[in-house]
Amino acid sequence: MALKRRTFLGAAGAASVTLASPIVLADGHAKPRVVVVGGGAGGATAARYIAKDSKGEIDVTLIEPTRMYYTCFFSNLYIGGFKEIDDIGHSYGKLAASGVNVVHDWATGVDRDAKTVALAGGGSIPYDKLILSPGIDFVDGAVEGWDLSSQNAMPHAYKAGSQSELLKAQLMAMPAGGTFAMIAPPNPYRCPPGPYERVSMVAHYLKNNNPTAKIIVADPKPKFSKMALFQEGWADHYDGMIDWVGEEFGGANVSVDPNAMTVTIDGEETKVDVCNVIPAMKAGRIAELAGVTEGNWAPVNAADMSTKADGDIYVLGDASQQGDMPKSGFSANSQAKVCANAVRGALTGSKVFPAKFSNTCWSLITTNDGVKVGATYEATAEKIAKVDGFISKTGESDDVRKATYEESEGWYSGITTDMFG
Amino acid sequence: MKKLPFLFLLTCSSLISSAALSNQLGDPERGKQVYKKCASCHMVGVKAKKRVGPPLNNIINAKAGGVANFKYSKAMKKAASDGLHWDVDALDAFIENPKSFLPKTKMSFRGLKDQSDRTDLIAYLATFSGGELAAKVDEGFTVSNDILALEGDIEYGEYLSSECTTCHQSSGDNDGIPGIVGWETADFVTAMHAYREKQRENPVMQLVSGRLSNEEIAALAVYFKELTEDN
Ligand SMILES: Cc1cc2nc3c(=O)[nH]c(=O)nc-3n(C[C@H](O)[C@H](O)[C@H](O)COP(=O)(O)OP(=O)(O)OC[C@H]3O[C@@H](n4cnc5c(N)ncnc54)[C@H](O)[C@@H]3O)c2cc1C
Repeated sequence: MALKRRTFLGAAGAASVTLASPIVLADGHAKPRVVVVGGGAGGATAARYIAKDSKGEIDVTLIEPTRMYYTCFFSNLYIGGFKEIDDIGHSYGKLAASGVNVVHDWATGVDRDAKTVALAGGGSIPYDKLILSPGIDFVDGAVEGWDLSSQNAMPHAYKAGSQSELLKAQLMAMPAGGTFAMIAPPNPYRCPPGPYERVSMVAHYLKNNNPTAKIIVADPKPKFSKMALFQEGWADHYDGMIDWVGEEFGGANVSVDPNAMTVTIDGEETKVDVCNVIPAMKAGRIAELAGVTEGNWAPVNAADMSTKADGDIYVLGDASQQGDMPKSGFSANSQAKVCANAVRGALTGSKVFPAKFSNTCWSLITTNDGVKVGATYEATAEKIAKVDGFISKTGESDDVRKATYEESEGWYSGITTDMFG
Repeated sequence: MKKLPFLFLLTCSSLISSAALSNQLGDPERGKQVYKKCASCHMVGVKAKKRVGPPLNNIINAKAGGVANFKYSKAMKKAASDGLHWDVDALDAFIENPKSFLPKTKMSFRGLKDQSDRTDLIAYLATFSGGELAAKVDEGFTVSNDILALEGDIEYGEYLSSECTTCHQSSGDNDGIPGIVGWETADFVTAMHAYREKQRENPVMQLVSGRLSNEEIAALAVYFKELTEDN
């Protein structure tokens, strides 16, 4: 794809454009080097845009251990039977073909003085600018009785792929009239409506295949994203099936026993057939190893997503602490493009335009019943600040809900093409 | 897929604007006559609804089987999940002989053997796709000549476009969100202003347009108009 350039007027005044002067590269190497860690919504987008827009002027290396990235977005639809697992898998072939150097390995450390990233497979890769988009890891001890070694008995399915397949297999194997439990996470976590879309998709599956089964949700929060919309949908489609236990009723006071397959909520023990534990989250570990986190997340500057700790390290997506944007794929993709523009400017002196961010999260409640919430954001001195927003309304017509679902399908194709080419 | 000689001229049919398509492909006026053969089952236009067949608005480059809740044949659903998009080649082949292009399609239509009939028909359908469809939707909504005359900064448009391409594919493909590549700038600008004035419905678009200046809309319009594929 290319642009036919034409002469045009009026460039000045269209935006307050910064012309950065390119940095001087330390050891005098010819081409500036950008290393991106994590090939998900934030990292793949950043790598692709920097490579595409710099037209060979910057060396871009993407470090990502998996050869196939399964999107968390639409992974709930897979659990509900609306998608196949292959529909949500994406390989890195096109990114590699478009000039990104894709290295399938784990980043195990960052030497900020030497400006290198160490790899699990040995060796290290030098950078001038480092972009971390490692997604999330779970906070140790967040749910009593659960740790990562329990993830086969009680899957989180909050990183997509084999965990999603496992949760779905367990759902399908539930005995007639069995119980599905979910331990919902405290704020902040990736995809605020995610657990509740999942409850809807599980209910959809059970209604068609195991209609006397029950769902219990233990939630440490008093309320959640799109709550009125989900509760309306649950009452309309899954009446009596879902028991949501919020903070007020002891939803935060929870422990699990993965061997006995029991869940104890506010002192009351229940034997369950499936238990989906979604623990509290923190930035992917490499952000902490790089020393750019404070507490669980990495604070960043809103204008370009550079970290407060190190101007040459940027953190995108879920791992960042940026202000008002929800941790979503849409947000990570949006932040990546602002960051790519800024990094390119810093390295090659290309124009840097003012940051603009946006997000929309679609969720599916049942067949053709889609809802959405969205907002626009701007960069202020302290944070990414919300400008304006909207949310679907309760009681919308079937046609509106159908159209919203169709739109989410279009968005899925759009964002995955924007990430991987 | 069967390719026809004239189509080779369109090296990248999928990215040609509907207006350009109409001109290059055939005669939309004649196509309107040909369309009478389709009209008993398919509607086009701003008020088009489902009949025996799905409405054909925005069909150019749309993913096959994409109309919400239309009961497509299994064959069509399969083709859709295999990635069939109605670019000009595919439409032409399908219309020429539906049952040979897609055995078991529910569309009971013998096909149009005549090449110029098909070309003109597709040219006519193109006037209900992309920017030309938008122009029909926005009929009655006008923006001032000053705004239409603004010359967009294409480089700024390229940067701003990254906000659009999270949903609207830069290939022009439509998988549930319309393609916006290759529109006449006036159609693009009018549609964006209509969203900004809340004369068009979609809340996402109202939000996004709501904080775009007139200059920024002009920049996007020229960027997406000029966005083409080299190979
Ligand atoms: C069930 C569910 C539903 C969701 N639905 C939506 C939705 O509908 N819409 C939406 O916008 N968002 C949705 N999300 C949220 C979305 O998936 C995340 O917000 C998004 O993926 C964040 O992008 P990221 O780049 O920060 O991390 P990720 O996309 O998770 O990418 C991180 C990548 O980094 C890699 N990585 C981690 N550590 C290292 C390391 N040390 N070295 C190398 N690579 C590393 C990982 O392998 C991974 O590929 C959903 C999430 C879930 C769980």
